[in-house]
Amino acid sequence: MALLTVRNLEVEFPLGRKTLQALYGVDFSLEKGERLGIVGESGTGKSVAAFSILNLLSKPGRISRGEILFEGSDLATLNDDAMRDIRGNRISMIFQDPMMTLNPVLTIGTQMIECLKAHRNISREAAREIAISKLKEVMIPSPENRMDSYPHELSGGMRQRVVIAIALLTDPSIIIADEPTTALDVTIQAEIMVLMLELCKNNSVGLILITHDLAVVSQVTERVMVMYAGRVVEEGPTRDVIQNPQHPYTRGLIKALPQENRPGSRLNQIRGSMPALDAIPAGCAFNPRCDYADGECLKAIPPLLGKKGHKATCLHTDRIPPFESARQEVST
Amino acid sequence: MNTALKPLVEIRNVEKRFGGDGGFLSSRQPEVKALNDVSLSVDKGDAFCLVGESGCGKSTLARTVIGLHPPSNGEILYDGERIDTLSQQEKRPFTRKMQMIFQNPYASLNPRMTVMQTLEEPLRIHRPELSRQQVREKVEEVMLSVGNDPAWGERYPHEFSGGQRQRISIARALMLDPEFVVADEPISALDVSIQAQVLNVMMDAQEQRHLTYLFITHDLSVVEHFGSRVAVMYLGTVCELADTRSLFATPRHPYTQALLSAIPKMSEEGAGHIKMTGEVPTAMNLPSGCVFHPRCPHANDRCRKEVPDFLDNGETQTACFAVEEGRL
Amino acid sequence: MNVKTSFLSSDLVFRFRRDKVAVVSLIVVLILVFSALLAPVIAPHNPYDLTTIDIMDSEIPPVWDEGEGDSRFLLGTDPQGRDMLSTILYGMRISLTIGFFAVLLQAFLGVSIGLLSGYLGGRIDAFFMRLADIQLSLSTLMVAIITLAVFQAGFGAELYSELAIIMLVLVIGIAEWPQYARTVRASVLAEKHKEYVDAARVIGMSSRRIMIRHILPNTLSPILVISTIQVANAIISEAALSFLGLGMPVNKPSLGSLISSGFEFIFSGSWWITVIPSVVLVALILSINLLGDWLRDVLNPKLYKD
Repeated sequence: MALLTVRNLEVEFPLGRKTLQALYGVDFSLEKGERLGIVGESGTGKSVAAFSILNLLSKPGRISRGEILFEGSDLATLNDDAMRDIRGNRISMIFQDPMMTLNPVLTIGTQMIECLKAHRNISREAAREIAISKLKEVMIPSPENRMDSYPHELSGGMRQRVVIAIALLTDPSIIIADEPTTALDVTIQAEIMVLMLELCKNNSVGLILITHDLAVVSQVTERVMVMYAGRVVEEGPTRDVIQNPQHPYTRGLIKALPQENRPGSRLNQIRGSMPALDAIPAGCAFNPRCDYADGECLKAIPPLLGKKGHKATCLHTDRIPPFESARQEVST
Repeated sequence: MNTALKPLVEIRNVEKRFGGDGGFLSSRQPEVKALNDVSLSVDKGDAFCLVGESGCGKSTLARTVIGLHPPSNGEILYDGERIDTLSQQEKRPFTRKMQMIFQNPYASLNPRMTVMQTLEEPLRIHRPELSRQQVREKVEEVMLSVGNDPAWGERYPHEFSGGQRQRISIARALMLDPEFVVADEPISALDVSIQAQVLNVMMDAQEQRHLTYLFITHDLSVVEHFGSRVAVMYLGTVCELADTRSLFATPRHPYTQALLSAIPKMSEEGAGHIKMTGEVPTAMNLPSGCVFHPRCPHANDRCRKEVPDFLDNGETQTACFAVEEGRL
Repeated sequence: MNVKTSFLSSDLVFRFRRDKVAVVSLIVVLILVFSALLAPVIAPHNPYDLTTIDIMDSEIPPVWDEGEGDSRFLLGTDPQGRDMLSTILYGMRISLTIGFFAVLLQAFLGVSIGLLSGYLGGRIDAFFMRLADIQLSLSTLMVAIITLAVFQAGFGAELYSELAIIMLVLVIGIAEWPQYARTVRASVLAEKHKEYVDAARVIGMSSRRIMIRHILPNTLSPILVISTIQVANAIISEAALSFLGLGMPVNKPSLGSLISSGFEFIFSGSWWITVIPSVVLVALILSINLLGDWLRDVLNPKLYKD
């Protein structure tokens, strides 16, 4: 059985007199040591899907249906005490902004030691040893001295390294990373991504990487899940999905990248914009923006179908011409 | 560079410092050197890109050029005339020709003004002779040209998505038919599919209106697609300047090389990026010599002591001793 | 636009209706304000008309006192024989008027100074903010007591009683401008670094126009919130000054002077002269403050989401 299984997850936000539904029956699973990417633009529900695993939904969001199975328990029904035992211990979280995790008035060392002592019954000295070794693992120079630094004394890249070290402290089996490098510079981003990839591989930690950046996903993950309007529209091995996307939305996302277009030419844009949560079109939610949509697409929500683990929710995958990357033409 | 043509915008030895002396009854602030002796020139019709990481001074340079902060030293020339010392009144003819597009579409439109009010405002100030009808027609024409529905006029910014707002913001910049548009990271706050829409609108506008852009971005793939010339900035100095094609084909400065190698590519796992050493210094505490030397794999004693000059090296222009001495 | 604004307002209404405290507060405030405004119509007697007052009617307890109550005077009478209910209604009118105009004056001074300070910065800012610091280090009441006492001594009690309303408005209005100035300055500082202000500057708009057209409208919601609370504060200040004998004269009593006038009779059994106006004052202040709190909660997250 998979390490983490999410089945038919639905999340809603009661706001005033109406209720907005953010997720419509999302299913996915993560094997031990597997690296899964969740890709989508803002408002597609990718962060909601990941946050609901640890019950970190912002108020008034709630899981209205579905189950999240992890190590024999359903996280959707756990009480706060039991959840605290899992959160930051068995499953860690890395946020986009390192200051979501770091407390500005405590030293790095204090925070790491407190975190360890909260989950393990160990002495301060032992906790300090572990903390230093984790800082070493994330390649922070002179970790002993850094233990006494405050977060504001570190650069953005260093802070994110510390956050990764904190996430690794309790040897979790899953790390959920929400846009961990979006706020960082390109050169730092590359370093952090390689670091995360290596740490996950070496410690066989599962990774759920939430991002809008297809290039980052292609470098780090083995499997990817593309979300649109609260549903998974395509999933499969990362290489297959990137090189041969089946769903028109995934194709649109890839084709819109400047790298995928001849320099100076008009970019292939997806027309229209993301539907608001309270105005999701009937049938396939992507139909108003899709070049291949017809009457069929308005009628019913297409099922997630495909072969060899590469599935997409599109009725017309057979009609859509094979995917060609402009970049490949140029480079070959 | 074509020397026969007079450049449209010239930046000469511009320096910008923030903080320093405290004013009347307030304490002294630490001094930040945001720009150090920057000289660039933008030719008519260019899509000139300034690229660099956060804190490199690219936005400060853009804001100095447009006149949002005065330079601490140096000159800014528009069409051969010095503009950084003009008063607000004297600058009027230039503000009509120079406009700006901002980064954050959620902050760059006044939340209490309708789209129509926002778009009319530049015309009211610079072309008071226009009748209400003419103003309306102009707004409609510009709205259509950026792909917006003119019927949006009576609505407020919060009713629009990020991409739509950014197009409204572009429309505002185009209201006065400018020649020169500064765009400060205009797409970095947007989603991927929307970035393409906005870039297309900007490219169309350039073609139809013969605009000259100063485009600030941290995203090299956008530069490669959009730019005609590029300046790479690091900690307040320009380290490499070239035509886009030459820069991407033969990057010479070690920092440009590292930056290019760090762009995530969709085809491979992991990245063969060039590892840089050392901590990123801040503009509050600039390194001596070449500002890049603490992170540069090719730095030697000379780099630590002397500031490199900006020289033509055949393919591009660089400020680097390693390139100068042929050590690379 | 209509669809959207009616949605926004109906959302506001919806949130309002779900909050029982806010509903009750609003009802109390509305009842009190309307009965004060309509005092000449609904009050059974005119306390300012000396011909209707009979000293023989003094200190009659409220009607529910079975022994001595008089059906003509619902809430009893005061030592001068005035009907308590009418006097309270007219007194509340004066209290609310002073509160409202004092806040108007505070807001005018504070908003102008706050805008200038925040937008122009530099020496102007430093000057006004130090002035505000000095003013805040002296309590409002202290400043008011000194000013009013000097004025009363200088011009005599008769002239003073005629000008009391204006004096109270001026003193309370001028003494509390730093509250506004600081709040407005803080939101101007936050707003002026937003890109829409830069955009206006790039267009070539003058500073004055940027302040009035762009920045001021975006600082309105904090102004609205402190205004409600400042009205309550101004009414309290007025009541306190009147209680100390520096406010409204006995022939034109505000709530504060009513409370004060009954104070000497409280131990002789005529409790109602002090207690009933006090209850009205507390109810008024409490509901205004609760309404202000609700307004703050509603306006904050919605308008500062970006």
